[in-house]
Amino acid sequence: MKTKNARQTHANAKRLLVLPLGKSIEIAYQSIRVRFLRSFITVLSLMLAIAFFCFLHVSADLAGGILNTGDYGLHQALIRAGYDIPPDAVAIDNTPKQKWIMFLSLLVCVVGIVNAQLMAVSERIREIGTMKCLGALDRFILRLFLFEAGMQGLAGAALGAGIGALAALLNGLLRFGPTAIRALPIHKAMESVLISIGVGLALSLLGVVYPAAKAARMQPVDAMRREH
Amino acid sequence: MPDQQVIVRLTGVTKNFKLGNIELPALRGVDLEIGTGRYISIMGPSGSGKSTLFNMIGGLDKPTAGKVYIDEVDIAQLDAYELAWLRCRKIGYIFQTFNLIQVMTALENVTLPMIFSGMANDKAAEKGLALLEMVGLANRFRHKPNELSGGQQQRVAVARALANDPAIILADEPTGNLDLITGEEIIDLLKRLSMERNVTVISATHDFKMLNVSDQVVWIRDGRIEKIENRDELSISVGQIDSRHDSR
Repeated sequence: MKTKNARQTHANAKRLLVLPLGKSIEIAYQSIRVRFLRSFITVLSLMLAIAFFCFLHVSADLAGGILNTGDYGLHQALIRAGYDIPPDAVAIDNTPKQKWIMFLSLLVCVVGIVNAQLMAVSERIREIGTMKCLGALDRFILRLFLFEAGMQGLAGAALGAGIGALAALLNGLLRFGPTAIRALPIHKAMESVLISIGVGLALSLLGVVYPAAKAARMQPVDAMRREH
Repeated sequence: MPDQQVIVRLTGVTKNFKLGNIELPALRGVDLEIGTGRYISIMGPSGSGKSTLFNMIGGLDKPTAGKVYIDEVDIAQLDAYELAWLRCRKIGYIFQTFNLIQVMTALENVTLPMIFSGMANDKAAEKGLALLEMVGLANRFRHKPNELSGGQQQRVAVARALANDPAIILADEPTGNLDLITGEEIIDLLKRLSMERNVTVISATHDFKMLNVSDQVVWIRDGRIEKIENRDELSISVGQIDSRHDSR
């Protein structure tokens, strides 16, 4: 049972509250730049986890390449390096143990991101409250945090994937010599790098969902009251 | 004032806060009408319900019982979207702690509400510059809040509050964090706005400097309106106020 006035307001509201995409990205970018150190710590933890993830994947690609050379000496080197190779294998996958460690490292990373983002939210309670007083909708706040996390995720994951891939190549070169690099199936390695970046981005977004929802749901009056 | 429009109307407003199992009454039935374009001060000791009343008028909080009408709209009937719209277009907020967004420049702070309201970037920037010029900060538009003094920050906040030409400006202890002279400048600025733009200024305050410019002073005590004084009545008690002020 709404009054006529309220309905009018409603009709106007549908038209009139916006936060353009470009502006959201700009604000998110500025927030990261200004709080660079805090962002950097979040990005760093993601970077390490993704570097490890990418390292294992590219290493497996590398070993697969070596296996397919059919070179007996290199084959023995692989076995000495600890790879379990079934007689009829054409590709090498990570062992269950490696997968388990990978999973744990990603889990720890997400927990770290949630923690850091919750901190970021409580640090910015007043900013969020102010924005809401200026007419920001819940979804504006949500979007700002998601964009921020997206940028952090992309940066951290890209750096991590790059570092992980490089480390894997270097490791392969030192262990098996230049042939190992030549034998590397490039498209598979690229795929591993892209998957790593995707996983990193997904983790970063996953980690910010709860903190961002918490921030978005905050009532302006609570946000303002908190500081007193 | 039969010819005066009412912009804010409260009828029988009560507000209880839950503190554990205890219901704590902050407001115990407030009736109040505020006319368009007036300069109102809400005075009262801390814990009197002043802030609660203030939040109620600003659509930041809903009453436990009673009605709050802003521009003849019952705010209890508005959903989140409509409330946000109200805050964006009808009300400008000024805070004791300025509350500028730290990562944005003065101009970006002022234009943010205009962006929310759907104004194009260029137009918003133009209007933002004009507003900053009006508060005397035209050449500081690129500065971040931490590069501005308290008084300057509050001026930016005033410009931001005016961004969408609101009907009401709500100022919560706007001079609370400012020294005497800067505080006076802000008060003068608010007074000028209320005169020139016919904006209703409502401020919660402890600051007795504010009384000189107020059209009306609402005194709150124990969750009730103790008295409402118009300016002409106020001048009688100015001696008392001055002495109280001096003794602080």
